[in-house]
Amino acid sequence: MSDEIDTSKPAGLSRRGFLKGLGAGSVATGLLSPAGLKEALAREGGVVGPGEVPVTLKINGQNRKLSVEPRVTLLDALRNRLDLTGCKKVCDRGTCGACTVLVDRHPVYSCSMLAVEAEGHEITSIEGLGTPERMNEVQKAFVHHDAQQCGFCTPGFVVACSAFVRKHPNATLEQVRAGLGGNLCRCGTYAGMMLAVVDAAKKGGA
Amino acid sequence: MAKVDWPAADKRTLIGKRIDRIDGPLKATGAAKYSYDINRPGMLWARAVTSPYAHAEVTSIDTRAAEALPGVKGVWRDTEKEVRYAGEIVAAVAAETEEIAQEAATRIRVQYKPLPHQVVDDDPKFFDAAKDKLNKREEGNVDDAFAKADKVVEGEYGIPVIAHCCLESHGQVTEMRDGELHVWPSTQNVSRYSDQLGGAVGVDQNKIHVECQYMGGGFGSKFNSDKWGTIGALLSKQTGRPVKLLLERDIELMTAGNRPSAYARIKVGAQKDGTLTAVEADIWGTGGNGGYNPPPVPYVFKVPNTRLTAKGIRTNRGGQRAWRAPSHPQGCFLTMSALADTAAALKMDELEFFLKNVSLTDRAEVYTEELKIAADLIDYKRKAHPRGDPTPGPVKRGLGMSIHTWGGMGHPSECDVTISPDGSVEARLGSQDLGTGTRTVIDIVVAETLGLPLHAVKVQIGKSDYPASGGSGGSTTVGGVSASSRLAATAALNALFETIASKLDTAADNLEAVRGEIRQSDKPENKMSWKEACALLGVNAITKRGSNNPGESQKMHLMDGGVGGAQIADVSVDIETGIVTINEMVAAQDCGLVIDLKTAESQVYGALIMGITYALFEEAVYDVKTGRMLNADMEFYRLAGIKDVGNLKVHMMTGKGYDERGVVGLGEPPVISPGAAIANAVANALGVRVPQLPLTPDRVIAVLQKGGNLA
Ligand code: FES
Ligand code: FES
Repeated sequence: MSDEIDTSKPAGLSRRGFLKGLGAGSVATGLLSPAGLKEALAREGGVVGPGEVPVTLKINGQNRKLSVEPRVTLLDALRNRLDLTGCKKVCDRGTCGACTVLVDRHPVYSCSMLAVEAEGHEITSIEGLGTPERMNEVQKAFVHHDAQQCGFCTPGFVVACSAFVRKHPNATLEQVRAGLGGNLCRCGTYAGMMLAVVDAAKKGGA
Repeated sequence: MAKVDWPAADKRTLIGKRIDRIDGPLKATGAAKYSYDINRPGMLWARAVTSPYAHAEVTSIDTRAAEALPGVKGVWRDTEKEVRYAGEIVAAVAAETEEIAQEAATRIRVQYKPLPHQVVDDDPKFFDAAKDKLNKREEGNVDDAFAKADKVVEGEYGIPVIAHCCLESHGQVTEMRDGELHVWPSTQNVSRYSDQLGGAVGVDQNKIHVECQYMGGGFGSKFNSDKWGTIGALLSKQTGRPVKLLLERDIELMTAGNRPSAYARIKVGAQKDGTLTAVEADIWGTGGNGGYNPPPVPYVFKVPNTRLTAKGIRTNRGGQRAWRAPSHPQGCFLTMSALADTAAALKMDELEFFLKNVSLTDRAEVYTEELKIAADLIDYKRKAHPRGDPTPGPVKRGLGMSIHTWGGMGHPSECDVTISPDGSVEARLGSQDLGTGTRTVIDIVVAETLGLPLHAVKVQIGKSDYPASGGSGGSTTVGGVSASSRLAATAALNALFETIASKLDTAADNLEAVRGEIRQSDKPENKMSWKEACALLGVNAITKRGSNNPGESQKMHLMDGGVGGAQIADVSVDIETGIVTINEMVAAQDCGLVIDLKTAESQVYGALIMGITYALFEEAVYDVKTGRMLNADMEFYRLAGIKDVGNLKVHMMTGKGYDERGVVGLGEPPVISPGAAIANAVANALGVRVPQLPLTPDRVIAVLQKGGNLA
């Protein structure tokens, strides 16, 4: 992936509805490339599923082996199989950003990517960015500027903002407004968030 | 002896300061577990099946094909025969994985006999006088007042049905263990969540344990266990397994509550100098398939001669639920729009007109002060112009304002505070934190009372097994829990004073707790540390309960009800595209004694943003022919993003005249005015009124085409 990916346009968006809609859950050759899956595809004559297939996902620096049907999204694999519940399911179709994770350091809507597609990539979830005792600069700034109320949108925003400040170390309010359009908050925390992101960028970001 | 009264301003170490919410780090790192995040061992995933028909009779539900799918463990069928709106749940299935549940749900075959439906809410002809009664109210001599008025102004205005769209959907995890039901719901009402659940699923009330530590928004829509709570619990009983059932987004938008619409023809009578003399309003709208509470018109201003008729139109849509400040945003939008139009017709400045009439409100001084502060914050004097921005070019700019009111008196609440011999302190109450900062407020109150730092107090909320506290609705929580935790902490502290007074050779009455020490008030050097004092308790911890009785706490000035707020919006409207942009919005708001200034301001900022969202984007759109909601998703049911909100400024009214009232709730009031203020600003920019929210480009263009201003 190039470094030019805009946080407001997460990748993996268009395929997912199609893939998930397969119902029976099979996945055909051509769409996917990771090594483990390639082997499975070769073995199965170009099609995997509808049953479960083994996948190894590299999440927050650790290899996690799991067995999922091809139709399982990365979001559901993280939340339902690995109990990494920081990423949230809100719209489940690439509109709100609550499910944002980093794939090879780029923000991606995990509801719009299949778990099997994520094999071979470095996935960072909110849990990999910091802990309550050791928050990254974005997380600290979110707390300090009260950029969260119910907090349900917060992990998705923190992941997106962490990628954003890395790319825009001198972010202006205008850039924040343009760059964080891919996430939504219902409680209305944007006022604190704008200050938080500019502040975190100044402090060296994520 | 510690007194329960709030400490004086110069004695407060925490109250009223800008304090970070204590659960902020947990939320910002994804460590906070919301109800949706609860994964129990052996848990099943459930999916609901809903009616595609707006009105129908269910003739059969065949679940055999679903049950035949490997991994399916349980099914639920509704016994109710009539469905009254598209999106009503008729069946559900529980399976080993979410994917299997989703597939199984599509295999449930439901046969319907469609019946006639009606979803139109903006045409009063659909009012059914045979079934529903006309709501009428009249005060003074209306006809006479209109006859004598210097100016009579008439207009039509409308505000549609909107949804709650809580980012965490509605639902819960249920688990039967040893004959007891454990529920992790997303709820605003931990203590009374299960009121209707026990009977519905045949489990005694005392055998239901509810826990909700974090929840992703409710806004009035999450007080009860609901149909999905019953279904989840029954599926848990049936399968013997924990079951997670959270509604999918489309179902949530169709079934989990909405804010009623309100359309009105309003006539206003005024004198030349702007004094309001009469208001007549014909209102209609829908609360969905249930009844309709007409919004208050005229709102805030007690105009002497008023006549109101209201028609509730039943529609085959989901039912209404409280939506942040029920009825007020509608009443406010209708009233303030009509009043701004009156000011314009009188060729009076809007601010001058509002200031002229605040004498008709219950808190003229507060509104006057707030309007003036808001005007200064937005630089009103420099920016204001009469209706219609005279500057050339396609982008027109304007200002508009509104005022609002709310009660916000604290609810009944019980709190236990325990001081242990090791010096640790715990506060327990069956309240909940919706993101308003309830946990933080309790911590501040208890820590301040005991003279301790925030981290010395452990706040335990979110369980029905704790002392009961009210549901978080109507801005009642902050007053309720502040009072109960203050009472409990004061009682526990006084019990500690009793125990240790003799060690300090003085009476308990002479002691005070300050900065981690207990000392003699008139001889501060006679003291011991908090830890030493607690060690004297021996093996017995002190636990005291504080019970908030609203009437008594109000008399003691621990809390109060009734607030006012003023807001002004500065907008730009592009008359070529019809796009409305918020440049700036300011809010001045009172809420009595502020406990945490930082989270209090967040409530107001959040309310402004939620208000901008319903002013510009939100509307549940229904198809007349099929009776279905056309935008039951988050692409077309739009929420404001970070680029849509402009610059926001918040001014909290604190200090003398406000603090001594005690704590008053804040969640609802600031969300009431934005729709009215923004609509008035758009009218000021364009010179014509866009009568209906949301102020979408098509509506703006349609009005301009009629008004001829496009040329
Ligand atoms: S849940 Fe993935 S974008 Fe909304
Ligand atoms: S903080 Fe509640 S949705 Fe953003």
